[in-house]
Amino acid sequence: MLGKLILNYPEAARRMGLLLIAALIVTGLYALGISSAWIGKIFPAAVDWLKENKQFGRLVSAVIITFILAVNWALLQLLSRRQQIAAIWIELFALLMLFFYSFDLSISFIARKIGFMISQGVVTTLFISSISIAIATLIALAGAIAKLSKNGVVYGIATFYTSLFRGLPLLMQIYIIYLGLPQVGYVISAIPAGILALSLCYGAYMTEIFRAGIESIHRGQTEGATALGLGPNQTMFLVILPQAMRVIVPPTGNQFIAMLKDSSLVSVVGVWEIMYLARTQGQTEFRHIEMLITASMIYWVLSIGLEFIQSRIEAHFGRFNAR
Amino acid sequence: MPAPVETDSEISLVGVHKWYGVYHALDDINLEIGRKERIVICGPSGSGKSTLIRCINRLETHQEGRIIVGGVELTDDEKNIDVVRREVGMVFQHFNLFPHLTILENCILAPVWVRKMPKAKATEIAMHFLERVRIPEQAGKYPGQLSGGQQQRVAIARALCMNPKVMLFDEPTSALDPEMVKEVLDTMVSLAQEGMTMICVTHEMGFARQVADRVIFMDQGKLIEQASPKEFFDNPQNERSRLFLSQILH
Repeated sequence: MLGKLILNYPEAARRMGLLLIAALIVTGLYALGISSAWIGKIFPAAVDWLKENKQFGRLVSAVIITFILAVNWALLQLLSRRQQIAAIWIELFALLMLFFYSFDLSISFIARKIGFMISQGVVTTLFISSISIAIATLIALAGAIAKLSKNGVVYGIATFYTSLFRGLPLLMQIYIIYLGLPQVGYVISAIPAGILALSLCYGAYMTEIFRAGIESIHRGQTEGATALGLGPNQTMFLVILPQAMRVIVPPTGNQFIAMLKDSSLVSVVGVWEIMYLARTQGQTEFRHIEMLITASMIYWVLSIGLEFIQSRIEAHFGRFNAR
Repeated sequence: MPAPVETDSEISLVGVHKWYGVYHALDDINLEIGRKERIVICGPSGSGKSTLIRCINRLETHQEGRIIVGGVELTDDEKNIDVVRREVGMVFQHFNLFPHLTILENCILAPVWVRKMPKAKATEIAMHFLERVRIPEQAGKYPGQLSGGQQQRVAIARALCMNPKVMLFDEPTSALDPEMVKEVLDTMVSLAQEGMTMICVTHEMGFARQVADRVIFMDQGKLIEQASPKEFFDNPQNERSRLFLSQILH
């Protein structure tokens, strides 16, 4: 019945569908309890009417927003794909800024603190993260090769390591390393403890990524290299890994971005990185939210930097796939 | 250098056995292959022909018997294995070119890293062999950009760049589209005519007739029959050889 209707009157069915979607959005916005106060700000004349008709005002507000969304959508369809992407980024970013603006932030406070946030916090975060990334990569490579080893002892060590460090919360690992190592006579300061915990934890996750990447390369590649007389190490580093990198890089980029943000956990042992400063700098003047949002934006900018580096590396290792 | 073993043959296999679990893949193989001899090995699938040639460069490990290649016995000794692999080139059914390297880089990889040859010299040699397989103009491309026949010719050139004494071919034309089989076989024929010691696992009976000194028939891991191509094709002695030939020659 409905199918027949759609087949016979496709244009009418399409319009009905669009109306249905619009109705759903209006209902959704209304049900979420959207405010109508913004209408009053734009049209001061409507303020009194809105006060008298609260429910109806909400409905009008939902309908207008839905209408704006629909017009926006229709206009975006006129653009090319690249322009659409750029326009959507700008729009969503503007909305995010609007959201932050609604907190009534003290820009002057942020401007006063941001220099120190960057010179102390960003530098420390980047220092901890980049060293941890380097060590984690080495651990992951060694771990992956160990996991593919025929030697039971080596395999056993690798599986115990990945199981343990993937199984414990990172926060616990930081505490255990910082507070536990002194118990066995090795006093470790906060930054090395943080680096050690991050490297070991992410090394364990990345071991699995590297192993999967290496295993994704067909056995024929190893045989081809072996038949040419290349040794096992040459085969791994000249033939297998360069190909495996295509599989390894995207999830590793993910891990690096996650690690950058998880480095905030190191703040619990008193390292002056971004998160620690965000919590402490705002305290004196009760401007917590300013510092938290600033810190969030800084993390985001750093993540975008990592995304960019990842795409460059991906392009490098994927170049042989070009036709 | 490992101590040379006295033998007149380039390759000799004495009482070689291999098992995969309980499966008897090679069953008492005895075979002498002389210098510059061209051998074609045929037989039904699962008869152990690929396993046999893969034992010769130790891609597979035999469990009993002796394999001696160029006077060097294949044992667990890594040094011996390295020596043998340097002297034995291999061409695979699926080419096994390295897709992340260009054709030229594929060819110079082993000479540079295994033979420690200067890059310029390796490039010169590689271009020489790429010309011989008639695709020097593809040197800068990646394997994925070439046809199957071209890729297999590159694989042959890549093996030749190591200047091997023996070439092993493991069904080199089986994965190719029919129209590309000839260009690969032509390359192999010209190689045979230049006096390369060759062991080819193949079902290309025309190639066997044209260049083989000896045809070896295997079945169920056993070496059933060996004869000159003329004798083997015109008057096979063994019942199983006759059955096999009737199936593939229609």
